[in-house]
Amino acid sequence: MAVSVVVPRALTPYTRGVGTLVVEEPCATVGDALAAIAARLPALTDRVLTEQGEIRRHVNVFVGDESVRFLDGLATRVEAGTIITIVPAVSGG
Amino acid sequence: MVLVGTTKGAFVFTSDASRKKWRMDGPHFPGESVYSVAYDNRGGRTRILMGTQSSHFGGTIRMTDDFGKNWVGPERQAVRFPEGSGLSLAGVWQIMPGRAEEPDTLWCGVEPACLFESRDGGESWEPVKGLLEHEHRPRWQPGGGGLCLHTIVVDPRDRKKMGIAISTAGFYRTDDGGTSWRPRNDGVRAVFLPNKYPEFGQCVHKVAHHPAKPERLFLQNHWGLYRSDDWGDSWTDIANGVPSDFGFAMVTNPNDADTVYIIPLQSDQFRIVPEAKLRVYRTRDAGASWEPLANGLPQENAFECVLRDGMAADALDPAGIYFGTRGGKLYGSATEGESWTEMADALPPICCVKAAVV
Repeated sequence: MAVSVVVPRALTPYTRGVGTLVVEEPCATVGDALAAIAARLPALTDRVLTEQGEIRRHVNVFVGDESVRFLDGLATRVEAGTIITIVPAVSGG
Repeated sequence: MVLVGTTKGAFVFTSDASRKKWRMDGPHFPGESVYSVAYDNRGGRTRILMGTQSSHFGGTIRMTDDFGKNWVGPERQAVRFPEGSGLSLAGVWQIMPGRAEEPDTLWCGVEPACLFESRDGGESWEPVKGLLEHEHRPRWQPGGGGLCLHTIVVDPRDRKKMGIAISTAGFYRTDDGGTSWRPRNDGVRAVFLPNKYPEFGQCVHKVAHHPAKPERLFLQNHWGLYRSDDWGDSWTDIANGVPSDFGFAMVTNPNDADTVYIIPLQSDQFRIVPEAKLRVYRTRDAGASWEPLANGLPQENAFECVLRDGMAADALDPAGIYFGTRGGKLYGSATEGESWTEMADALPPICCVKAAVV
């Protein structure tokens, strides 16, 4: 069973309109899942990660209901059926 | 055409040569901040470039060749620090077309402070290693706007010579096409440091020059107004008759190498035009004297501030001068500053203004 990645509407121009991406490739961590996506949709991951591979300051990535900032960041473990959700932070103005 | 970047998108104003009535188009990129705009008409192009920044999803440079009907640009973030540098793009502060003889060359200045070069008209960008790996980098300190390379001064006669300004590092010049860069701040004060005249570390806000006289530079400092007649080797104070030598914006008149415009601000602690009177100051003798230009500008309760790229000039005769405020007002003069009209009164806070004749 694959890992799912839910993308915010603001980023669907970079997913050809798809709101939920399915990662079939084997992946053990959030970073693995995002790397698999980067291989086919690099414009999407450019907007989630900096060029140094860090999650952008005002983007939150959740595994289930918990932000990976409070878990192990990109090293947070995933397994079959995990839902990763990308959400723009409430910051802004 | 007047290009206006704001904290909430960009606007394009167009008019005929009389510059009396303006048509506004925008916002382009609503919700994104636009701290840099440029127009490039070299090589048969009609290209507008904008440095756009989403507070959530990062920034890039976008381009249009049809005045904003269609925007193109790499879906990928084209301005990227190399892996392992430890640096990530925070914003594009300046976009500058290169020399006329090199129509595919552009430069951009970014935060964290670095210079990037494009050799394909803005499609792709590479960092200038001489600055990326500069030995002073660990000692550069961010100013209020961040550690940004905000000013690029190109010598139209000598492809190997150019200057850049960084807040807070000062003015640097290369004489070898970007391989090496040396600070050129002799005589420029750093009021916020124990050593008031360090080799580098000044908070230079803007540097301007006239392409017909590239070796003569004008500098608006974080306190201080200076001129150099030797490409920055030495600087002399020219704050002769201005209400304050603190300010940001500075632009030369394309028709006269001796004419420069600035908009002084009260102080670093109160970044508002002195006495709440909105006045542009002009010198027509290269800084020997300055005169206020206020005809048509509010002279009471104008608690306005104009940022470092908030003023621009067009190359018509007489030249048009334009500026935008943090309060979202855009003013223009088709008479080289003798009188002003309000072009827009409720834009988002204005970050940058550029003007072009198309």
